[in-house]
Amino acid sequence: MIVPLQHILIFSLLLFAIGLYGVLVRRNIIGILISIELMLNAANINLIAFSKSTSLAPETGQIFAIFVIAIAATAAAVGLAIVLALYRVRKTVYTDEVNLLKW
Amino acid sequence: MNILESLKYFIPELVLLGGAFFVLGVDLFIKSKRTIGLLSLFVLVLTAALLKAPAQPLPLFYGMFQLDAFAHFFRYFALAAVAFTLLMAYSYAPLKGPYEGEFYGLFLFMAFALILVAGANNLLMIFLSVEFVSMISYLLVGFLKKDAKSKEAAIKYLLFGSMASAVMLYGMSLLYGASGSLALPAVGNALFFAPFKTLAHVSVLFFFVGLGFKISMAPFHMWAPDVYEGAPTPVTAFLTVAPKALGFAVFMRVLAMVFTPSWAHWSVLLTALSILTMTLGNLTALSQNNIKRFLAYSSIAQAGYILMGLAVFSDLGRQGVLVYLLAYLFTNLGAFAVVTLIGEQTGSEDLAAYAGLSQRSPMAAAFLTVFLVSLAGIPPLAGFIGKYYVFAAAIQAKFITLTVVAAVNSVIAAYYYFRIVRLMYLVPASGPALAPAPRPLFITLGLMFAGVLLLGLFPAFFLGLIWR
Repeated sequence: MIVPLQHILIFSLLLFAIGLYGVLVRRNIIGILISIELMLNAANINLIAFSKSTSLAPETGQIFAIFVIAIAATAAAVGLAIVLALYRVRKTVYTDEVNLLKW
Repeated sequence: MNILESLKYFIPELVLLGGAFFVLGVDLFIKSKRTIGLLSLFVLVLTAALLKAPAQPLPLFYGMFQLDAFAHFFRYFALAAVAFTLLMAYSYAPLKGPYEGEFYGLFLFMAFALILVAGANNLLMIFLSVEFVSMISYLLVGFLKKDAKSKEAAIKYLLFGSMASAVMLYGMSLLYGASGSLALPAVGNALFFAPFKTLAHVSVLFFFVGLGFKISMAPFHMWAPDVYEGAPTPVTAFLTVAPKALGFAVFMRVLAMVFTPSWAHWSVLLTALSILTMTLGNLTALSQNNIKRFLAYSSIAQAGYILMGLAVFSDLGRQGVLVYLLAYLFTNLGAFAVVTLIGEQTGSEDLAAYAGLSQRSPMAAAFLTVFLVSLAGIPPLAGFIGKYYVFAAAIQAKFITLTVVAAVNSVIAAYYYFRIVRLMYLVPASGPALAPAPRPLFITLGLMFAGVLLLGLFPAFFLGLIWR
């Protein structure tokens, strides 16, 4: 059975929206980072779907998706390192308790 | 052009990359971190000496990296920004410690990443190089290990930045779907056809989020004041200049190559965003008490002026952006060099520490005055030339509302820049005289001062260099 392109696009849009919602409402920084991963993966699904349907050279989209996965891993590594460093100094991972800098 | 042929034109970048790895490796064995700093500067100078202007645009690495006059200009820009920042950081006490060598190494990687951004001509390459710059920026912002403010700034930068990149990536995936290709020229061609016009309008919005974040365009500027205040001062100086300028570079390339067909739509939007950015930046800068935060809001306002050139997007507008960025490089790095000096010696970043500075350190006060006057855009300094070009472009293209709002904004800006000059010269001093600047910092100040003055007095020479 072949899933039509529209269904995949709607699915990826939903995933993107869920990720964006998570970024906006989560208090826990780890939660926000995971929500950002959802947004990246939504884009990945798009890339793969398009590489099967509309692309002139199907491999470009798939290669892009692999690069995005690698970037997501580095973002997680850098992100968690910074979260850990923050926790050592401030003893919190909640965004509303990180409030030294404001206007 | 295939990989082997391309390598010949990519030697300076390879030297830079090799130098970055070498500096990181040598750092393990050498105790004297000052040597590492000098070595890094040497690598940057060597790279700059190897750069050669391309005779015609070269599509290196199968068109991934477009080496044209535009990229060439930004290669020098990136190297200069990194070199001046290293010079400024060379005597910065909070960085001293076992990790100082890594700081220099990271900056060399940053220079490489910025050059990649300048030439990126493919959606994949744009995403990767912009992420490369962002990752290193997050690390540099949080570099001070024990400093709670630095950590908080890093986490805010990380969260905002990753979200902006994710949104931009989603836009890229839609563009890929529409055009079936990742190369910017192919994507641009596909969008000329009717069914994809709507998609172009949608995806340009996604790009505005991702790149607007990089250049601190309102309403995506929220991160800037916090990050600029919390980061180590030399890093702040760097972030307000280089990643922002390269953000503009990639923004210009994407708009020119991909979104030209939908110009009428995004031009209106960019005009509105430009007005919003400069007004928000200026009005908020009025009430700041911390000098770094103050300069952060001023740099948001400056981004608003540079956006004028993008909104117009005529030849003159595009040249105006480059001139403005060059003027802004000297002026802002210079202003932050003074902030570094005062912060080191008084231990304070409050505006109160600048009261009566003319008596405590006449040299620092005089330098800061020159830089602030240049930021305000008063002749004969560099800032004036930049402003002149973007205003001229806006008037030539009949963007009258934009010009009027920008002029009013310049007046507001002049008020708050001169407020600091008044504070330095007319308010009595509250502390003892300050020690003279350490030599590297003094050299930085001198170079920036020379740049501001020369670009203001002999603009023709620099303009000739830019659009040769």
